[in-house]
Amino acid sequence: MIRNFFILIILAGLAAVFVSLFWNFGSSDTLSPLAEHYANNGADEVGAPNLVTSVIVTYRGLDTLGEVTILFLVAAIVSFFLKTGKQEESAPKRESSEIILTASKLLMPIVMVMGIYVFINGHLTPGGGFQGGAIVASSFVLMLMANPRFEINHRIIAIVESVSGMAFVFIGVLGILLAGGFLDNKILPLGNYGEIFSAGAIPIIYSLVGLKVGSEISNILSNFQGVQMKKCND
Amino acid sequence: METIALITAFALILIGLYGILSNKNILKIIIGFSLFDTGLHVLIVTVGYIKGGTAPILDKVVGTSNAASKIVDPVPQALVLTAIVIGLGVTALMLAYALKLYQAKKSLKITDFKEMK
Repeated sequence: MIRNFFILIILAGLAAVFVSLFWNFGSSDTLSPLAEHYANNGADEVGAPNLVTSVIVTYRGLDTLGEVTILFLVAAIVSFFLKTGKQEESAPKRESSEIILTASKLLMPIVMVMGIYVFINGHLTPGGGFQGGAIVASSFVLMLMANPRFEINHRIIAIVESVSGMAFVFIGVLGILLAGGFLDNKILPLGNYGEIFSAGAIPIIYSLVGLKVGSEISNILSNFQGVQMKKCND
Repeated sequence: METIALITAFALILIGLYGILSNKNILKIIIGFSLFDTGLHVLIVTVGYIKGGTAPILDKVVGTSNAASKIVDPVPQALVLTAIVIGLGVTALMLAYALKLYQAKKSLKITDFKEMK
């Protein structure tokens, strides 16, 4: 009872703060000076029509590297925690129906191509490495859901993950040597504005990020699935 | 426009906080954290909104010359992308810990775990 009362007091206090914030909030009519610089010079300096991508990959590329590192750490910790050890022979389980199995096999390549499209076109259209990687991982989720015995090849995932991560850092260091600084995209020519092979190194960096994110999320999910398989056998 | 987004954001944050504080089940607490997270993301994107602005992607209509007067702030959107990924990581970690706790005591009620008190 007294607990509920405290919860109510905390929520009411926070709600009062929110109400006063809400009444005093008004959207501004003009951009902040930083955003204005990105809007006026982003296309010339980076060459990507999608300004969010140019902020993420080039202007604040170091943040993205940190973000990918955090995702890597999460994948490593989850697989350390949920290590199932030796996979014992799973008990015979009911097969999924023919329709689900066939449909998932049919859909998986299409979903994967969609993900790859999203991360390759990250500098032109909405989307990018993280979104595309999540779509690629969702194709693996589809397979895991449709067929509980489906196993993701961990060796391939580990290779894709580490190669793309190292290539990301390598391109960043090339930026110091050949262009203005770490993760500068001008190591390659900026190309024709608005085409797929333009904006310097951005398509390459975003493809690497997409591969890395896709493999890491698939890795996390397959670890959870491994625990579930073990639980079914207990 | 920004009124609806702000109300949604504040409501999501309050619902999430209520879920975190009032639930005993660890999985439901994790769902509360997720809701709180989503509310914060909506809030940050709303703060970057410019009246009448459109998405910060340049095309035939929004060119380099008039971009500064037509687009919304791209920086909060980039920050929210980072925050979503971090939120995913935190949720995955919490779920892994919840699984471990369940394996240790065969229970997900938070009142059953008294060792840390």
